[in-house]
Amino acid sequence: MSFARRAWIVLWKDLLTERRSKESLNALFFFAVLLLFLFEFALGPDRERLTAALPGLLWLGFILAGLLGLGRTFLVERENDCWEGLLLTPGDKGAIYLGKLAVNFLLMATVAIVLLGLFGIFYNVDLWGSLAPLAVVIVLGTVGLASVGTLFGAMTSQVRARELLFPLLLLPVQVPVLLGTVKATEAVLQGLALSEVAHWLKLLAAADLVYLVVGLLTFEFVLEA
Amino acid sequence: MTQQAPPPAGQRVIDIQGIRKAFGANAVLEEVDLSLEAGEVLALLGPNGAGKTTLVKILATLLRPSSGGGRVTGFDLLKEPERIRRQVGILAHGSYVYEDLTAQENLRFWATMAGLPADAGALQKALAAVDLESVAGERARTFSSGMKRRLALARILLGAPRLLLLDEPYAGLDQRGKKWLEEVLLDFRGKGGAVLMATHSFGRGLSIADRVAILAGGRIVLNRPRASLDLEELHRLYALATEDGG
Repeated sequence: MSFARRAWIVLWKDLLTERRSKESLNALFFFAVLLLFLFEFALGPDRERLTAALPGLLWLGFILAGLLGLGRTFLVERENDCWEGLLLTPGDKGAIYLGKLAVNFLLMATVAIVLLGLFGIFYNVDLWGSLAPLAVVIVLGTVGLASVGTLFGAMTSQVRARELLFPLLLLPVQVPVLLGTVKATEAVLQGLALSEVAHWLKLLAAADLVYLVVGLLTFEFVLEA
Repeated sequence: MTQQAPPPAGQRVIDIQGIRKAFGANAVLEEVDLSLEAGEVLALLGPNGAGKTTLVKILATLLRPSSGGGRVTGFDLLKEPERIRRQVGILAHGSYVYEDLTAQENLRFWATMAGLPADAGALQKALAAVDLESVAGERARTFSSGMKRRLALARILLGAPRLLLLDEPYAGLDQRGKKWLEEVLLDFRGKGGAVLMATHSFGRGLSIADRVAILAGGRIVLNRPRASLDLEELHRLYALATEDGG
C-alpha cells in the first residue's frame, strides 16, 4: 500500500466533501470580505497609510482566516466517529497528515488568492507586477501555516475548549512564518527582487521544513492520544 | 482482495487475561478474562455502563488497558496493535460513514485506506452483499440509520476480517435488517470467523450465539455455552448478576 495513494484518497475525500458542503470556503470568503471592511474602517481613507500597512494586513487577514479554516479540518472526522476508523487503518498515519495538509494548503491558497484580489480592488494597489514573487512568498507562508495548523487541528479536535486552544497553540508557533512573510511581502510590494529578501525566504523555508517533518513524525501519536 | 485464510477451528481468536481499565479513579473493567475460538459467536450481555463498549474498544486496540494483556487474532494486544487491526472488523456506535459521500465513495475511501482493491466491481459486489447496490450513488446523508449500519458492515466485510467486534449490532435495524444481519453473521461464522457481540438486550443475537457471557460491574460474572442455558435461566442469572454487580 503506497503512502502516496493513502494521502491522495484523504485529499480526494476532503475536497469532495468540501465541494458538496461548501462549509469552509463560503465562511472563509465572507470572513475575508468582512476583514477588509474592518481594516478600511479602522485605518481610514488615507491611501499611503493603507499601502504601508498592506503586508501586515494581508497576512493578518490570512492568518485569521486560517484560524477559522484550519481548526475545522478534523471536525468532519468526528461525525459518525470516523476518527476511530482512521485510527484503525493500517499503515503509516503520516499519509493522513499529508492528505489533510494538502487539503488545507489548497483551501488557504484559495483564500490567499481571493484576499489578494480583494486587497488590490479595495485599496487600489497594482499587484500585477509583483504577482510571481508574491506567489513564492504565499506558497512558503501557506505551507508553514497549514503544516502547523493541520497538526494542531488534530490535537485540539477532540477537546472541549478547542476553539480557544487552537489559536493559543497556533499563533506563537506562527511567529517566524508571520515575520518572514510580512517582511518578504513588504519588500516585494516595494518592487525589490526576491534575492534582496533571500534571508527571510530561507527562514520561511526552514520553518516549513521543520514544521512538516515534526508534523509527519508526531501525527501518529496525536491520533492515538 | 487480500483474503485472509480462515483460522483453523479451535484456534483462539481472543485470549485475554486480567484486563483492567480505569478512567482516572473510576475503574470500568476489573480482572476480565475472556477467550473466544474461531468459528464461535459470543454474546456479551450486560446492562448500560457495565463496560461492554470499553472491552470492545480494548479488543479493537482503540483503547489500551490499564493492566492485563493477552492475544487477539494471535497477536499481542499491547505490542502488536497494528497487526491486530488488519484482522479485526469493528461495528461500534459510530458507523464511520461520511455523510457527504455516496455509499460507493465511502467504501472506496475505506478500502483504499486499508490497502484493499477499490475498483468499481469489488465495491459494487460489497454493496450488493449488504443490499445497498441500488443506492450506491446516493449520499449517505439520505440514508436511514439501518442503511448506515449496513454500509458499515460492507466496509468491514470488504477487509475479510477474522474477528468481528459488534457493539449493539441490532440497534437501528428493522426486523428485515435484523434477520439479514443474522444471516450474514451465520455465514461469517460458517467460514471460520469469530464474532463477539456486545448487547444489553436479550434479542436476536442470542439465537446465533454459541456462548453467553455476562459483564456486570466491570467483571465477567458468567461465561457458559449457550446450549447449557435456557432463556428463563439466563434471565434469572442475568437479573441476579446485574443486581449484585451492575
